[in-house]
Amino acid sequence: MTTDVILREKESWHLGMIPKQAPAFIAGRVLADLADVDDRIVVLTADLGFSNRTIEFAKRHPDRFFNLGIAEHNMVSVAAGLAACGAVPYAGTFASFLALMCCEQIRTDLAYPNLQVRLLSHHAGISLGYYGTSHHATEDIGIMRSMANLKIVCPSDAYSLEQALRQTVNLDGPIYFRLGRGRDPDVYRPGDKWEFGKISILRKGKDGLLLSNGIMVSASCEAADKLVKDGIEMTVVDLHTLQPLDTQALLPLIREHRKVFVAEEHNTLGGVATIMADTIVDAELNDIHLVRIGLPSDEYAIIGPPYYLYKHYGLDGEGVAQRIRNEMK
Amino acid sequence: MEASNLEKPDLNKLRERAQFIRTETVRLIQIAKSGHYSSVFSSAEILATLYYHTMRLSSNPKWPDRDRLILSKGHVTVGVYPILVDLGYFPEEWLETYANLGSPLGDHPDMRKVPGADFSSGSLGHGLSIGLGMALWLRLRKSPARVFVLLGDAELNEGQVWQAAQAAAHYHTDNLIGIVDRNHMGLDGRTEEIMDVEPLADKWRAFGWQVHECDGHSVEALVRTFDNVPRNGGTPQVVIAHTVKGKGVKYMEDSRVWHLGYLHGSDAEVVRKEILAHDN
Repeated sequence: MTTDVILREKESWHLGMIPKQAPAFIAGRVLADLADVDDRIVVLTADLGFSNRTIEFAKRHPDRFFNLGIAEHNMVSVAAGLAACGAVPYAGTFASFLALMCCEQIRTDLAYPNLQVRLLSHHAGISLGYYGTSHHATEDIGIMRSMANLKIVCPSDAYSLEQALRQTVNLDGPIYFRLGRGRDPDVYRPGDKWEFGKISILRKGKDGLLLSNGIMVSASCEAADKLVKDGIEMTVVDLHTLQPLDTQALLPLIREHRKVFVAEEHNTLGGVATIMADTIVDAELNDIHLVRIGLPSDEYAIIGPPYYLYKHYGLDGEGVAQRIRNEMK
Repeated sequence: MEASNLEKPDLNKLRERAQFIRTETVRLIQIAKSGHYSSVFSSAEILATLYYHTMRLSSNPKWPDRDRLILSKGHVTVGVYPILVDLGYFPEEWLETYANLGSPLGDHPDMRKVPGADFSSGSLGHGLSIGLGMALWLRLRKSPARVFVLLGDAELNEGQVWQAAQAAAHYHTDNLIGIVDRNHMGLDGRTEEIMDVEPLADKWRAFGWQVHECDGHSVEALVRTFDNVPRNGGTPQVVIAHTVKGKGVKYMEDSRVWHLGYLHGSDAEVVRKEILAHDN
């Protein structure tokens, strides 16, 4: 990459301004592959087919692609109607519009009747940078986790998204896929084990437990690398499946480490840290030190290009490492 | 699988079924002690015509090629449960549990608990979108089935209805048929006063729908209208059924206060007799 391109990638989120076109947005291609052999699969979007690359699906299965225009409520309920007749619909748009605008349609039309609809909720968190609060989704996990029947998966890169899509095709009931902006750095290598409903332990250390998902997994791995130089060895876990939560594997790790750090691209209230707090209290674990690394819950994010915004909120590798250093003093 | 709709409509039977919907509604609301009498009464002939004449149904409520009916005005379902029993979809004893603790039958239908309920509804404004999703899938599967969506007129204030209307026209889903129960009444009062929906037929036409209008309490008019809805018209179809809220019980007719109510003791019997005395 030339300096110019790197600079532009830092300055903007715009997909057209980087040479690698949203490498993590492989859902359109994967779903088109799956649809070749599974005629139940259909894909819907709300005038964001180029943004989420579901256009790749449209090219290969035009009759099974429905672009509903900028009418998100309708898209979610149409997906419900399709599923009620036997289709397996994947509906994609910005997380802010899906989880917040369409919250009631998701609850009443998908979760309540337990329909096999999948929501591709992309550009979650603050990944739309200077587009501002209207386009940020930093409350979505809190909203979605409160719904019965709804499964929540937050893949961290292209490989894990592909695994998540493939492993859950036949899973009954609705799934909320929380996705980034398609430029999430690789965490997994092809062939690595990634299992829906299980945690993925990425490295083991003796000094603390670092839990994250989505784009924060690569930041957490980077932080763990940096902390080695400070003599701090972290266990890093990808909590990609939030519902159902793999408490069987998670609780022994929490008991073992006692110092638990949650790094999330979400408000610290209602998201992954809150889920961990609930889990710790429900399991009646004592003397656990829980540190919430995320977005402040009492304000809306400032404006800025994603690269600088993550840095500002300490949600990059160095930010996470610094918080852990401070807590370990 | 055999379709059960009548080749030649037995209009007297349809009238009797509409009465049955009303009397059963009165009976079931006695159990719950509160219910939507007048919203069911305005839809009674529409429901009788759909279930006993227009829709292709079978003894199997899960038959993939059956016609669907989405009760977008979900609070009409108390009048539909007795029909579903009559069609043999679930035991009559279930009706005795209506609205009781743990009953499968509530004020709004639950598709996971009620055989014959094609979708769970209750939140107004969703039904046309649900029906559109079904219509798209049935067409993709080359099913002859059609999807009917019963909408309240005050429900048309919901913006999502028009999102669905726009998309249905875009996708030319001529297997989707909306029915507006045009009873001019919401919970708070007349639609003209609360939030006017006129010019209603022009709105649907402007959105690309073919509009049919009829007297929603004449089974003859309803049969003729539904029979005239084209099967391959190239556009979605809507039937605006002109009705009277509370139709069939004089003091409920066009009355705001009976949107929700409860007939105490002998009042229910008086109303039942009035319904049965009515010969349409």
